[in-house]
Amino acid sequence: MDSMTIIAVASIVTAGLTTGFGCLGPALGEGKAVATALTALAQQPDASATITRTLFVGLAMIESTAIYCFVVSMILIFANPFWNHVIAQTAGK
Amino acid sequence: MQLSPDETVFWQYGFFKLNATIAFTWGLMLMLAVGSKLITRKLSTELQRSRWQNLLEIIVTGIETQIEEVGIHHPRQYLGFLGTLFLFVASASLCTVIPGYEPPTSSLSTTTALALSVWVAVPLFGIEEQGLGGYLKSYVEPTVIMLPFNIISELSRTLALAVRLFGNMMSGAMIIGILITITPFIFPLVMMALGLLTGMVQAYIFFILATVYIAAATRTSEPKPAAKT
Repeated sequence: MDSMTIIAVASIVTAGLTTGFGCLGPALGEGKAVATALTALAQQPDASATITRTLFVGLAMIESTAIYCFVVSMILIFANPFWNHVIAQTAGK
Repeated sequence: MQLSPDETVFWQYGFFKLNATIAFTWGLMLMLAVGSKLITRKLSTELQRSRWQNLLEIIVTGIETQIEEVGIHHPRQYLGFLGTLFLFVASASLCTVIPGYEPPTSSLSTTTALALSVWVAVPLFGIEEQGLGGYLKSYVEPTVIMLPFNIISELSRTLALAVRLFGNMMSGAMIIGILITITPFIFPLVMMALGLLTGMVQAYIFFILATVYIAAATRTSEPKPAAKT
């Protein structure tokens, strides 16, 4: 396999794995957070405004790790510097 | 497939590029400034007021209440900065219903600029409130060993602010773009609605995080007793 193929295969496989693992962790974390928030809401319904707000802030913080993985996958697929370099080299030859 | 509106360049002169991000940002600024000016031309304190004035009052008092709930005792001081952050990001996301529009926050340059403005504003407000010595002392707060970690956390949360907003906005635009090529007509509409929801949530998150950072930097030693019913 020449270097072009290796770069392409590595980028594609890594992009898939990144998205896969990147969605796994945050989903588990967010499920736990929502479950705990629901328990707290059931125990103290009059604090629902604070609980809901804190829940959303916490969910956004957890979600951002998933977003980081998504951004890396997008970069690997659409703005891959190694691929662009190899393509430029082949076009120049 | 373009990754961000930075790549649509309308006009170029040497180093300066007028790309879609800048054009849409100017459009948003125009809309917010001219809209507010038109609505606040004739303010009335009577019970009879125009709908638009009512809307603005709801928004402004809502933002002020949120700032107060986070723990800042004089929310009016920071209402301008924090309110503008929220309104800019929220309107940038809401305007996606206009065809041909790309939210400028889907470009890393805009979100980095917003995060940098928060990064500059937090020490500024902290020094204004606590004095230079008091603010610098907060970096060695629990022990002196925490000094490098506090500095690193300051930098990393700025980076996280920028990348979080950029990732959410860009992913919304990109998913709609990809779905339109696969299943046109109905499913992209659902994703657009989801994109609007996440846009509003991310605007609120950006605003609340900036408020929390400013509250942490301007916190004095004796907190006011909370008078909550």
